[in-house]
Amino acid sequence: MASESVREQTGRAAAGLQESPRHDARRSTADGARDSAPGAPADAGAHGIPPYTGDPLRRPRRPLVPVAPGPEAVELSGPVFGPADVDPLDSDLTRQHAGEPLGERITVSGRIADRRGRPVRGQLVELWQANAAGRYANRLDRRRAPLDPNFTGAGRCLTDDEGRYHFTTIRPGPYPWPGREHTWRPAHLHFSLFGTAFTQRLVTQMYFPGDPLLRYDSIWHSAGDAAARDRLVAAYDPGLGVSGSTLGYRWDVVLDGPAATWAEEGR
Amino acid sequence: MASVIPAGTATPAQTVGPFHGHALPFAGGGAPAPAGHPQTVTVHGAVLDGAGDPVPDALLEFWQAGPDGSAPAVPGALRRDGLAFTGFARVTTGRDGHYVLRTLPPGGAPYLAVCLFARGLPQHLFTRVYFTLPGHDPLLAALPPDRRLTLLAAPDPGHHRAHRFDIRLQGDRETVFLDFATPRSGAAPGAL
Ligand SMILES: [Fe+2]
Repeated sequence: MASESVREQTGRAAAGLQESPRHDARRSTADGARDSAPGAPADAGAHGIPPYTGDPLRRPRRPLVPVAPGPEAVELSGPVFGPADVDPLDSDLTRQHAGEPLGERITVSGRIADRRGRPVRGQLVELWQANAAGRYANRLDRRRAPLDPNFTGAGRCLTDDEGRYHFTTIRPGPYPWPGREHTWRPAHLHFSLFGTAFTQRLVTQMYFPGDPLLRYDSIWHSAGDAAARDRLVAAYDPGLGVSGSTLGYRWDVVLDGPAATWAEEGR
Repeated sequence: MASVIPAGTATPAQTVGPFHGHALPFAGGGAPAPAGHPQTVTVHGAVLDGAGDPVPDALLEFWQAGPDGSAPAVPGALRRDGLAFTGFARVTTGRDGHYVLRTLPPGGAPYLAVCLFARGLPQHLFTRVYFTLPGHDPLLAALPPDRRLTLLAAPDPGHHRAHRFDIRLQGDRETVFLDFATPRSGAAPGAL
């Protein structure tokens, strides 16, 4: 991925789809406190911000069908990754081009565990993000903000034997939500994670502590109650960064898993 | 041994957003079948929204058993060396909402596990692609017949060893999406 040029990715014609301005005020059911009629004051959720519920034409209308996977279910296993999948340089997003990217250097590291606290070893962690100006090196991002020829904003690594991952990158800038007035996404890193079971698959977003935009962000609010939202915010860790070079942020992840009896099998 | 994992400790999922196309796809992601493998099958279809319009920015992941019925434990799931079958695929939809997967037929339980990501989904969705409807499958057995059919790939007579599988996010034929994480509380799976 390091060889992909920013120019190539952004020079193609836009496919035309930006983040949709369509927004549905129906609340998330993740937080019972918000379980009231749409439009009612309580519907606004914490901080008065309605949680993001997705594109009304895309979100399924029927309830999810619960599955208690039996031993034959392939979802109880998952893809296996190894050194052939990831180059060691893939975890340093500041070293993917000839020059130095603009922005505040950061180290982002943490531990991936399952719900029983067991480390998730040797699994793939992927990260993607905007540049320091809040622009993605992605052809769909048509915003008028500078691209950085020295920053693509995509990285990968494998977790170690303790379940730890480690990235060096820059702090992304916030960006405005297309089609919404005065609505900015807080600075965030997109993360993609695998567990040992396909059911543990997780794509989420990591945020930075103390960001004043957080309380206004409907996507952050869609994570659920205050405790759930807090799990998406990294902690500043002075000892984690490289002295004189990077600010350190620690962010640990707990992967959900299949429920019910499978959890007892000791995988 | 703890029999119940306290709910709510897992890290919440968030939307994949619109800007993943420069980061997540990888070369050959939609073609896990080893080069020239005689059993190769093509599964293709469209992802459609509630208006019936194509979803052009979806990312589909597939995970499956090999023809021998066992889940591959072969590292290199992001690589296509032309030899190993790793069982993992990742493919994006095009502007017409269409995707194409070239894979091997799964042995054992006759389905592919699917994880769907797209802008406009607060979190990812799981479903399955069945090639046949086995008589003893507990998920299928609990579904009404019309819902069951949303999980069945249709033979595509226009192409060699090809199957059609559309994913409808909403509507009369909304695809069955699955929840593996919520403990069952006495209700049969599929009870809606
Ligand atoms: Fe983003």
